[in-house]
Amino acid sequence: MRTVIAIYVENKYGVLARVAGLFMRKGFNIDSLTVGKTHDPDFSRITITLNGDDYVRTQIVNQLKKLHNVKAVKLLEPATSVERELVLLKVKNTPQNRSEIMAATEIYRAKIIDYTTEAMCVEITGESSKINAFIKVMMPLGIIEICRTGVVALDRGTSILEK
Amino acid sequence: MQKAHGEKMTGSRIIIETLIEQGVTDVFGYPGGQVLNIYDELYKAQKRINHILTAHEQGASHAADGYSRATGKVGVVISTSGPGATNLVTGLATAMLDSIPMVAITGNVPTNLIGKDSFQEINITGITLPITKHNYFVTDVKELADVIREAFQIAKSGRPGPVLIDVPKDVQVNECEFIPHSVVEPLKQEIADDEIIDQAVELINNAKRPYIYIGGGAAGRGMADDVKALAEKIDGYVGCTFMGLSALPNSYDRFLGMQGMHGKYASSMANNDADLVIGVGVRFNDRVTGNIKKYCNNAKIIQLDTDLSEINKNVKVDVGVIGSIVSSFKRILERCDKQSHPEWHKTVDEYKAKEQQILEEADRLSKTDMTPKRIFDVINRNKDADAIIATDVGQHQMWTAQYVDFERPRRFASSGGLGTMGYGLGAAIGAYVATGDKTILITGDGSFGMNLNELATAVTYNAPIVIVLLNNGVLGMVRQWQTLLYGKRYSNSVLSNKTDYVKLAEAFGAKGKRVTNIKDFEAAFKEAMSQDKPYVIDTIIDIDEMVLPMIPPGGSIENIVLTQPKEDK
Repeated sequence: MRTVIAIYVENKYGVLARVAGLFMRKGFNIDSLTVGKTHDPDFSRITITLNGDDYVRTQIVNQLKKLHNVKAVKLLEPATSVERELVLLKVKNTPQNRSEIMAATEIYRAKIIDYTTEAMCVEITGESSKINAFIKVMMPLGIIEICRTGVVALDRGTSILEK
Repeated sequence: MQKAHGEKMTGSRIIIETLIEQGVTDVFGYPGGQVLNIYDELYKAQKRINHILTAHEQGASHAADGYSRATGKVGVVISTSGPGATNLVTGLATAMLDSIPMVAITGNVPTNLIGKDSFQEINITGITLPITKHNYFVTDVKELADVIREAFQIAKSGRPGPVLIDVPKDVQVNECEFIPHSVVEPLKQEIADDEIIDQAVELINNAKRPYIYIGGGAAGRGMADDVKALAEKIDGYVGCTFMGLSALPNSYDRFLGMQGMHGKYASSMANNDADLVIGVGVRFNDRVTGNIKKYCNNAKIIQLDTDLSEINKNVKVDVGVIGSIVSSFKRILERCDKQSHPEWHKTVDEYKAKEQQILEEADRLSKTDMTPKRIFDVINRNKDADAIIATDVGQHQMWTAQYVDFERPRRFASSGGLGTMGYGLGAAIGAYVATGDKTILITGDGSFGMNLNELATAVTYNAPIVIVLLNNGVLGMVRQWQTLLYGKRYSNSVLSNKTDYVKLAEAFGAKGKRVTNIKDFEAAFKEAMSQDKPYVIDTIIDIDEMVLPMIPPGGSIENIVLTQPKEDK
């Protein structure tokens, strides 16, 4: 089961290594990981996605809670949360594929943010399913390089990650 | 003793003052380049804090661990950077796996040399990340005192464990104000919901064959009376894990002893036969459950633990009671009904009788009179009731677990989770320093060889440790597995050393005696118990002596091996 975990941590030396190391030693494979400061600079928020059954989901939350620098952990459920991922894609720019790239970019509400006669850089934001669909379209057009941020996510409504 | 508020001090002095402030009276360690400043302060404060110099940092780490097991206090160890720090690794991992509270302080190269592969520089916080409850790399002297206080709090709160603090040399030299503080208390533990307690009570009230099963999380927490009271009230039996040994006196008639891979027959059978298992501070380790699919299939399971990640980790339980184990247990005890289960007694009495029969049979079949059972009978007869027993790891450790009669909690120091050969002598020294009580190390010739250098430490500090060295000339537990599971191919388990352990003991300034029969063993043991210096009894036992019963790894109670296989000639 695809799982999104939000982790609220103290913004201190080595915290990311502690969190990532826990996944490694428990044998849980991380699919994506994002981290950044919150509006309170003493704290950061980490979002991790992974595939796991109920056992893995429960264990990882309970194990994370034991880390001293981790202040809150929550599994974000698709029905009650919003999530986004941002991707930068570099594709070959040739007379044959140019119009198709432009069309796909338009339909997917992506943005061309760099343009040379040899290559284009496209930015797209959305849920992972949309991103994956867009990448599938672009693949035969000649992707040169790709950079994904990984998922960021928040609960809907007023619910917040408690401190 | 408080000095004037806000006195300016160096980091190294702050370390010592904070340790003293937190109630530390003894530390174990070994000096070196990056902790010279700390050792200078130890020198100045030697009237207020005692330092025990070991032969090796690993010995110091096990000593701090043994100190903690014997008292419940936080054990403290100090070492220098680089190899000094890496030598603590096994000791920290041992403490981590057995949830023993410890604080390790390491020096490191000055911050301007960090990350440059400087001489004796090592990233010990990175290395110890998975084997400490938490660790710190301190870069600012102003944070030092509070970091140490927090480390003590983490070490002793909830499920205890080791914490490491790495202090670069410049932070030890830099100065700041030191403001004294009181001893930090462990964080308050969660209290389980009433609803959960009631669910547990309902299962207990409906059980016909209850088995209470206590582990390291229950041992040494003053729970013995409550455990007995519950066993009486619900008319059940009590077993334990390896880590739960010494929590209850062996003389208690409802106590069946350790269960699991090398557990006692009656205890393992009762566990398997129970219709309700109440796990108290246990983690259902593989050495206990064997094949998880066949473990307690007929039983409901209640698990009490302070660490929520333990609930449902290894075994799916029916009721997980998360929170203070002591408090949850008391509430369950108050609420459950008084019961009577005569059928259950009948069953367990049969198991006990069979256990006795197996023991006598094994004793009868033995080729020598130096059987483990007879050796431990001698030890039980002649040891002080209060004696602390430390062990290394292997057959001797399992025999200790099966045969030693413990009278009261915190009298047992042995590496359960990590299974650290070479743990025992350091731990025995630590336990002796902590209590001054008679301390007996049960070891084997394999384990003893790993850290016997600490014999020098025991002699230096007049620690009259009685060392029962069960010498079979082989790595006995490895050999046992090779006999049973590897077609008797004894790959590298035969120790061909020619060590004379009597001379070795004497060379260290200890006493030694070699014994080959049980009468001489008893005489030597009595003599050893009355000595004021360490005494090594080189106790010759048979090469093929096995630890039985044995539930083979991954097996279940159906696969239990009860008697030594017959010689096939």
